[in-house]
Formats: sequence, structure tokens, C-alpha cells
Amino acid sequence: MQKAFRKNFSILVLPTLAAYVIAFLIPFVLGIYLSFTKFTTVTDARWIGLKNYAMAFRDKDFLSSLFFTVKFTVVNVVTVNLAAFALANVLSQTEKGTNFFRTVIFMPNLLGGIVLGYIWQVIINGVLAFARTTLTAGAKYGFWGMVVAMNWQMIGYMMIIYIAGIQNVSEDVKEAAMIDGVSKFQMLRKIILPLIMPSITICMFMTITNSFKMFDLNLALTAGLPGKSTSMITLDIYNSFYNRMGYEGVGQAKAVVFFFILAAISVTQLMLTRKREVEN
Amino acid sequence: MGKANRIGKNILLALISAVFISPIVIVFFNSFKSKLFINNEPFVLPDRESFVGMANYIEGVKKIEFFRAFAISLTITVCAVSLIIILTSMTAWYIVRVKSKFANILYFMFAFSMMVPFQMVMFTLVKISNMLNLDNLPGIVCIYVGFGSGLSVFMFTGFIKSIPVSLEEAAMMDGCSIMGIYGKIILPVLKPIVVTVSVLNAMWIWNDYLLPYLVIGSEYRTIPVAIQYLRGGYGSIDLGLMLAMLVLAIIPIIIFYVFCQKWIIKGVLSGAVKG
Repeated sequence: MQKAFRKNFSILVLPTLAAYVIAFLIPFVLGIYLSFTKFTTVTDARWIGLKNYAMAFRDKDFLSSLFFTVKFTVVNVVTVNLAAFALANVLSQTEKGTNFFRTVIFMPNLLGGIVLGYIWQVIINGVLAFARTTLTAGAKYGFWGMVVAMNWQMIGYMMIIYIAGIQNVSEDVKEAAMIDGVSKFQMLRKIILPLIMPSITICMFMTITNSFKMFDLNLALTAGLPGKSTSMITLDIYNSFYNRMGYEGVGQAKAVVFFFILAAISVTQLMLTRKREVEN
Repeated sequence: MGKANRIGKNILLALISAVFISPIVIVFFNSFKSKLFINNEPFVLPDRESFVGMANYIEGVKKIEFFRAFAISLTITVCAVSLIIILTSMTAWYIVRVKSKFANILYFMFAFSMMVPFQMVMFTLVKISNMLNLDNLPGIVCIYVGFGSGLSVFMFTGFIKSIPVSLEEAAMMDGCSIMGIYGKIILPVLKPIVVTVSVLNAMWIWNDYLLPYLVIGSEYRTIPVAIQYLRGGYGSIDLGLMLAMLVLAIIPIIIFYVFCQKWIIKGVLSGAVKG
């Protein structure tokens, strides 16, 4: 068996591995190397040590976009998860019609960030027109606009995950609690919540990373305007590469920092919530 | 639960659903208005003064070559997803069945790539794809296979671990080749996870903007790239054209969703739980 597998390595593994090496591994390793160099194309790289990183952390645009991203992520995680959980609570009973509502609420998740951004640009500008202002008149409009659009997109997805979690809680446990006379709130707090911790872990993880990595919606909705005040960190990295002469190395250093932040968030977050999970 | 209670709940849910659909409805009826009337009063239905019929659609389709973009998006998505399914499931099968250090390393390499954001490899990937002449349709399909392999190998591996090996061994005894076993035994068993992996990858590739824009954007525009192209040099947008094109971009997704919603929801759900 093992031998037969090894003999077919070139069919079973090689194509995937080759694509992986070209599209991911080489760019990744090269990217880390280039973050320590000054370059405009890949071939003219000159080693300059940590200078790019020093410049990145002295770059006001980078720091403000990082702060903006963190703020956006925090608000998003709270709003998306609260709304999704509330909806899931209502829609987890298998009654007639719930399936229709689930389908509708999930739908925006299929739309891409570019389409999403322009849909909401029109609607938010329409609303703001009553106050005689526009989306790009102030950073707060762009910020809340992105929160609304992202909520619209993600609530349905997270709701589906919460519904699956809630439906997994065994009826016996709920009945036993009911017989013991727990209130609705106690049921939620003491029975449902601890038992759906795995779903919460997944939803937290997905909302945090998706908010942090968001780019398309940002580009379509505000493109960072006014000024650069609504730039997410991804947009700032993009601009360092493609819209700022001589900043390619700094952009690459920013990208490495971004990668480490994301990895750190994911790992801590997973460890924190995994600890609180109980066996169902 | 009382009857009145249930009716109240359904009314509330209907309202929430209406809120969720309304953005698309608003975009839809505004796409028939002349651009002057969209910016100022998007919440007013088209009337005799503002209605322009299909003019936005006709001009928009011409300007961004929408149907070409549609064909390009469809080609890339279908080819990349099919290749990802076949190639990564074989790789995952190898990783699970071959007990070696190398197979372990492979697994961690693929899993690791899931943690890396696109911006980390964006610049270098674009340069490399230019150097290797991957800036064309077959090239970007290869790139998607490479970039999508992490998640897909990871998910297939998780699934294949639960398939008992005895059937494969029996087939091997009977003289079946490895590829024969893959086609006749493994692939049919993988069906549920194939749905999941297809849905996740298709949603990603169909909607992806940055990668196709940077790698093939100058020659081949996918739908998101074509739509972004409508934003003029100084950020000016012809809203009439924009909304008409948004509607055209949304319609195929909704049609697809109506027919496959069960699969899609199942797919993203098990994708989230395992991923």
C-alpha cells in the first residue's frame, strides 16, 4: 500500500505541491526576505536590516490605519455576534417559515466586498443626503458605514453557525432544566451558552479575522476617504506598495507585521475560548 | 407558545427579512433611473421624469464588457474549483495514508498557509507570476490552486481520516491501481466534503478582487474588477451604470443561491465548523 502511494507521488502530490510552492511558499519566503531590503522590483533588492520596520512604525498612516482596524474589529465582533445570536435564538426552532427567514438573512454573505461596498455607498449616501452630508465628509460616516455593511454581510453566516450549535444542545438537558424550574434567562445563561461554546469560538474567530483582513469593502465604500482617515490596515499596505514611490520595502514590512498580529490574535483567541468549552 | 405570540414573532421576522433584502431592492429600482436622480433621492421609485428604461444597462454592459467579464469569472471559477477538488483531495489522501515524516511536514505546510493573509504575499506573488508568465487565464487558475490548497487539503485530510482503510486494501489485493482506487472508492465517499470545499472556494474565487486585478487585470477583467473599473480616475462614479452592473452581478448569484441554497448553507456550515 505505502509503496503504491509513493510510486504515484508525482500524480497525487506533485501538482498541488508545485502550485503551492509557486503561489504561496516562494512569495511568502521572498516576502519576508524583502521586508529587510530596499527595492522597487524584486530583482534590485538591497539589504537594509530593520530600517523598513522602523519606518513602518514611524508612519502615521500605518499607525492610524492599525488603530482604525482594531476599532472596527471590536465594534464588528460585538454587533455581528449579538445580532446573529439573537436571531439564531428565534430561528432555531424548526417551525414553518423559519427556513425561509434563514435563507433570506444568509443571502448577503454570497456577495463579494466590491459589490457590497457600492450597494451600501448608494444607500448610505441617500440616508446622509437628508442631513446634507456624504459618506466621505467625515471619518465617522465611513466607519459606521463599513460596520453596517459588514454586519449585513456577516450576521447571516454567524447566525447559521449559532443555529447549528443551539440545535445540538440535547433536548434531554433542556427538559431536565425545565423540570427543575429554571427561568428562560437562566436556561440561556447556564445551559445554552456553555454548551454552544464551540460555536462561539468559531464565530469569534471568523468575525475577528474577517474584520481584520477586510479590504474589498473598504476600497469600494470609502477608498480611505476623507484623506486616509478610513483606511483599514490592508488598504494602507496596498497603498504603500502601489501608490507611494520608494515605499515597497516598508509596505512589505507592514505586511509582515500584519501577518504576525493576525497570527497572534488567532492563537490567543482560540486558546482563550477553547478553555471555556465544555463537553456536550 | 400562544398563537398571538407566534404571529407577532413572524411579523418581526418578516420585518427583519425586509430590512435584509431592502438594499438589493433599492439598488434594483434605482438602476432604471437616470444618474441625476439616484444620488439625491435613492428612496424614491422611478417616475416619468427619472425613468430611463434599460439605458443604464445597455451603456454599462458596453462600457465594462460585462458579458466578457462574466465569462472570464465563470471560466476561472469553474476551472480552479474543479482542479482544486481533484488535486487537493488526492494530496490529502496521500497525506493521510502515507505514514512518514514528509507527509506530516506537507500537512503542516498546507495548514500554515491558511493563517497567512493575502497582503503578505501580494507583491511578490504578482512579480513572480509576471516572471513565470502566469499572467493569463491558465496561470491564474494555477495560482488559485496553490493559494487555495491550504484550506482544501486541510479539510479533505480531516474527512479522509475517518474513512476506514480496509476497503482500499482489499481493492489493492484484487489488483486495482492507485488511481483506480481513487476514482472508484475514494472520490464517491468524499461527496459531502467535496460540496463543502467547492462552495467555500467558489465563493472566494468568484468574489475575489485583488488577485485577479493585480495579476491579469489589464487584460482580463473578472466581474469585481470590471465593477471597480467603473470608478473613474478621480473617484467619480456614474451611478446609473454602476447600479445596473451591480444588478447584473447580483442576479446570477441569487439564481444560483435559489437552486443550491441547501448545499451552500450546508457547505459553509461544515466549512466553518471544521476550518
